[in-house]
Amino acid sequence: MSYEAWIILIGSMAGITCGITGCFLILRKLSMLADAISHTVLLGIVLAFLISQSMNGIYMLIGAAVVGLLTVVFVQLLHSSGVQEDASIGVVFTFLFAIGVILITLYAGDVHLDVDHALMGEIAFVPWDTVQIGFLPELPKAFLMLSAVLLIVLVIIFLFYKELKITSFDPAMAAAIGIPVLFIHYLLMGMVSLTTVASFDSVGAILVVAMLIAPGASAYLLTDKMSVMLILSGVFGVAAAIIGYYAAMLFNVSISGSMAAVNGILFALVFFFSPTKGYLFKKFALKKVKYGSEQ
Amino acid sequence: MMNPVVVKGLTVAYQEKPVLKDINFEVPEGKLIGIIGPNGAGKSTLIKAILGLIPKAAGQIQIYNKPYRAKDRVVGYVPQRGSVDWDFPTNALDVVLMGRYGHVGWFKRPGKKDEAFALECLRKVGMADFADRQISQLSGGQQQRVFLARALAQEAKVYFMDEPFVGVDAATERAIIDLLNELKEQGKTVLVVHHDLQTVKEYFDHVLLLNVEAIASGPTESTFTMENLHQTYGGKLAFLEKGQMIAEQK
Repeated sequence: MSYEAWIILIGSMAGITCGITGCFLILRKLSMLADAISHTVLLGIVLAFLISQSMNGIYMLIGAAVVGLLTVVFVQLLHSSGVQEDASIGVVFTFLFAIGVILITLYAGDVHLDVDHALMGEIAFVPWDTVQIGFLPELPKAFLMLSAVLLIVLVIIFLFYKELKITSFDPAMAAAIGIPVLFIHYLLMGMVSLTTVASFDSVGAILVVAMLIAPGASAYLLTDKMSVMLILSGVFGVAAAIIGYYAAMLFNVSISGSMAAVNGILFALVFFFSPTKGYLFKKFALKKVKYGSEQ
Repeated sequence: MMNPVVVKGLTVAYQEKPVLKDINFEVPEGKLIGIIGPNGAGKSTLIKAILGLIPKAAGQIQIYNKPYRAKDRVVGYVPQRGSVDWDFPTNALDVVLMGRYGHVGWFKRPGKKDEAFALECLRKVGMADFADRQISQLSGGQQQRVFLARALAQEAKVYFMDEPFVGVDAATERAIIDLLNELKEQGKTVLVVHHDLQTVKEYFDHVLLLNVEAIASGPTESTFTMENLHQTYGGKLAFLEKGQMIAEQK
């Protein structure tokens, strides 16, 4: 497969995985938690590296998932003992992220694990970072990681669809009928952590937030069904990856930056032009009500 | 006869301040019970504590002689309408179907039968024509009816409803009352957190007067008295005068 095809494929897979997972964050009004997790997984990656002394993707996934979940647990603990939720998120994630940064500068200074890379990512190098496992041909690591995580995400959503739905819509009712609300919450946050770390290499910690939130936010404005929202969100994620790649080629700029920017542009388009919930439609409908009633 | 709900010595506290203090009451089967008290009396808290949604500091709760377990599916719950996001991308039928989730079990989806049943529940509250309607496009009263339909779909024996009459139109209030009476005729027990003192005598067979402590509970006729109201609402004069008016009228 060509270099170009790999980049587009990997970008698209990150787009789908992030897009689908991010929908649930939006529906639960937890978008800021994506920001938090995307930063704290850095600590997970560093710890995984320090403990295993290798850059093996599996260890990093485990480390990131553990620290991602810890982030959520800490936020939950602080919040339930009286600290405001946004303040809890702000304190927990900056603290864990800071420990990650300190550990990198202390112990991991001479390996390829620098803060810039973790924050910004660089999808341009991803196709060359390959590995050969079992009977498979030599494949990019990022592709393998994203395939595994995408599969996990899809299986979880398939198995727990109704639980994810009811705990997002009405957690009190869900608890009252015996659905383990907290378990589902942590399951989802585990998904977010895995998704984040798998997309990390390609887009980095900051841009992964764009991929998690923007496609879902766009999809939310276009549909009244959760299932459709999930699918549309995936489509937006892929579209942003493809358009973003060619835009980057055209203007000779960072590919991951371009992909994230296209996510923002797509959202802006939907925000203004959505046929039902768009800004212009609402303005227009308001005018109709205002002047229509006088006739 | 076995009382469906028995609460013994229930205490709930946030930090050190008790929100509910040593609550004891029982409700008889097949009755409509109003939970009455001023703002901050702990009415919603009582329901949530009974359902195990918030931790209790002390006390015992028995539903049909057993500690409450969600998986027994004997209890239906109607939260306050304002407690959920009505912009959620889903339609009325889907929300009612959520009432079936407890019956469906892990890893399964509600099937055709559940869907037909959910539609039947919507019909009972006069909302069958709105099954496909996005929930944000329903009026407050219609949203409340969807919540009631969802509770019906749970097929419970005891229902807890948190302020179902708040912010609904007269037609919906009538529809809800008809529905409550229908449930009663089927032998179900319904506990309703209620605000409007004027309708208490008309709507409920039993009342629980609550203000952090359980002031009184029993048949409306003998319990919803001026003296008990005075104790429940304390110094809140505006309420008291209103209560006096009502007590004299009836």
